[in-house]
Amino acid sequence: MEIGGINLVVLVASLMVAAVPILLAAIGELVVERSGVLNLGVEGMMIIGAIGGFIAAVTTGSPVLGFLGGALAGAALSAVFALLTLVFLANQVATGLALTLFGLGVSSLAGQGYNGIKPPHTGDVPLGPLADLPVLGPILFAHDWVVYFSIAMVAATWWVLKATRIGLVLRAVGESHEAAHALGYKVNRIRLLAILFGGAMAGMGGAYISLVRVPQWVDGITAGAGWIALAIVVFASWKPWRALIGAYLFGGISQLQLNLQAAGSVIPVEYLSMAPYLVTILVLVIMSSGRGRAGLNAPAALGQNFHASR
Amino acid sequence: MFRLEKRPTPSRFWLYATPVAAVVLTMLAGGLLFAAMGKNPFLVIKTIFWDPVFGEFAWYLRGQLLVKAGPLILIAIGLALGFRAGIWNIGAEGQYIMGAICGAAVGLAFYPTESRLIFPAMILAGAFGGWLWAMIPALLKTRFNTNEILVSLMLVYVAETILAKAATGFLRNPEGAGFPGSRNFSSYPAAANPELIAGSGLHWGGVAALGVAVAAYLLLTRHVLGFQIRLSGQAPRAARFHGVSPTVLTVLCMGISGALAGLAGLFEVTGPAGKISIDFSSGYGFTAIIVAFLGRLNPLGIVLAGLLMALTYVGGEMAATNLGLPAAAIQVFQGMLLFFLLAVDVLTNYRFRRMAGAAAAGAK
Repeated sequence: MEIGGINLVVLVASLMVAAVPILLAAIGELVVERSGVLNLGVEGMMIIGAIGGFIAAVTTGSPVLGFLGGALAGAALSAVFALLTLVFLANQVATGLALTLFGLGVSSLAGQGYNGIKPPHTGDVPLGPLADLPVLGPILFAHDWVVYFSIAMVAATWWVLKATRIGLVLRAVGESHEAAHALGYKVNRIRLLAILFGGAMAGMGGAYISLVRVPQWVDGITAGAGWIALAIVVFASWKPWRALIGAYLFGGISQLQLNLQAAGSVIPVEYLSMAPYLVTILVLVIMSSGRGRAGLNAPAALGQNFHASR
Repeated sequence: MFRLEKRPTPSRFWLYATPVAAVVLTMLAGGLLFAAMGKNPFLVIKTIFWDPVFGEFAWYLRGQLLVKAGPLILIAIGLALGFRAGIWNIGAEGQYIMGAICGAAVGLAFYPTESRLIFPAMILAGAFGGWLWAMIPALLKTRFNTNEILVSLMLVYVAETILAKAATGFLRNPEGAGFPGSRNFSSYPAAANPELIAGSGLHWGGVAALGVAVAAYLLLTRHVLGFQIRLSGQAPRAARFHGVSPTVLTVLCMGISGALAGLAGLFEVTGPAGKISIDFSSGYGFTAIIVAFLGRLNPLGIVLAGLLMALTYVGGEMAATNLGLPAAAIQVFQGMLLFFLLAVDVLTNYRFRRMAGAAAAGAK
């Protein structure tokens, strides 16, 4: 199964790995946006998670603690966002941008002295003979635990949003915070939890980049992954399983362009590395234009701050 | 406990006091950060904010302030027009790069012709390049309802790859022994943007920034378009009844901010930077977002904010060489400034009220 020097099985297996950071971040942001909050600081939370996770993993020697550290770092930064938008009622767009600018600076400051170090290795989950199956083995049964965790989080998010009381309250807050408040739900408390969840997921996604994908620390390591995650939430029209499809699509494209670069394609390297960003724009156009479909699915209170006057 | 209470009208005092309060708070928090890094906070703050203006090397550094402030002010004014109308152009960095590439390409195409017309043509090309790059999110927004924040941001990454291609490919200096980077404009007088008064740091970009600031101020306060921009941001529905077309406004605001960012790029590449190189992109497009908010989205405020932000750049470099302060610390410092600004801004529209006894019980 080789096309133009690219092995399809390897491509599919590697796109699942390539998609993990944006999938984790997108699922987190999806929950945040369903609660009516637009946190544009995903890029900042991811890069903070990338350096936080890297430092935690290198100092403790445990990749699991690394991911935990990344999630904590992302959640900590998102707490700043929550403080500004929920308590000080700051503009969500501006605060999200501030989060990204601040996160890039802090990560670069914290990352000094961590260049050129190799983090502890995150191994594949041993699934015994399953991994030796032809075709299916390498695609489905030869990944590290975070790949499976990301898919499990999609399923869990879908189930919680669709079938549980918590999910219903969260969606109510995102559709009409006034109504939810009148019913006695603590709008800002629910939003705070959603924002922290989003931050933890983005931070974990960032940690996956520095611990598994690259794996080392360089400044600006996330290279726009957070923004692509934001675009995926729109692409997914705020539905978890579609976010999975979107993330795998983008994982596939970024992996394909890397493989094409390696295979010595006729297209110049510079133009290939533009591909993920151009495809993101293209997908956004398609999703937004289809008779305003994506717009209709957006949570009605998205981006509006809530101030209980009574 | 305290609770927030909405003011009947925004406080004029806090409108002007918030940037000052934010700067003071940032200095305090920044001082703590520098102290945690093992530096003397007072010395660092003095190096950043005092020495460039009044210190030993002020004769040189004051000029550097103008060099840094020029592009920041140009870009921030364009962004502020859009932000006021609720149009979020986040990709000024990309428009800045594309303006520089387009302008430089026009200039290099005429090399080595000497003519008075070349630099004006480059200015037009630079503005056009930035405008064109901003038109992509603007038209996608108006035609397909696509989110302009995400599209303009994605285009920054695309512009950066085009920049890399320009520096190593189509704009590379043919006499540069194969090294990346274009011809240096300082050795091509017809296309160069030198200091207008030697040692002052003032080049055409600084002049343009001041001119644009005045023009934007008049536009916002005296022209009907300025009124429409402010109205659309504050009350979109009222604006529509007033007959403001969101499409026209989006295209105009994005176009103006793109053209101004392109201009900033052109003045930078022909002046202080000197040539198109892989590391030409410097983050001005992103820092300008902080400048726009720090200047309260007011053109005259932005001039002051641009100068202050330039101070952190110039002073930051001083602190880096003299005190070994990492460059990233200044980036953190600038990010904190925006945080504090957004937090303190709550006082413009709200006030804190003490909840005591009966009032607190009533509030439940």
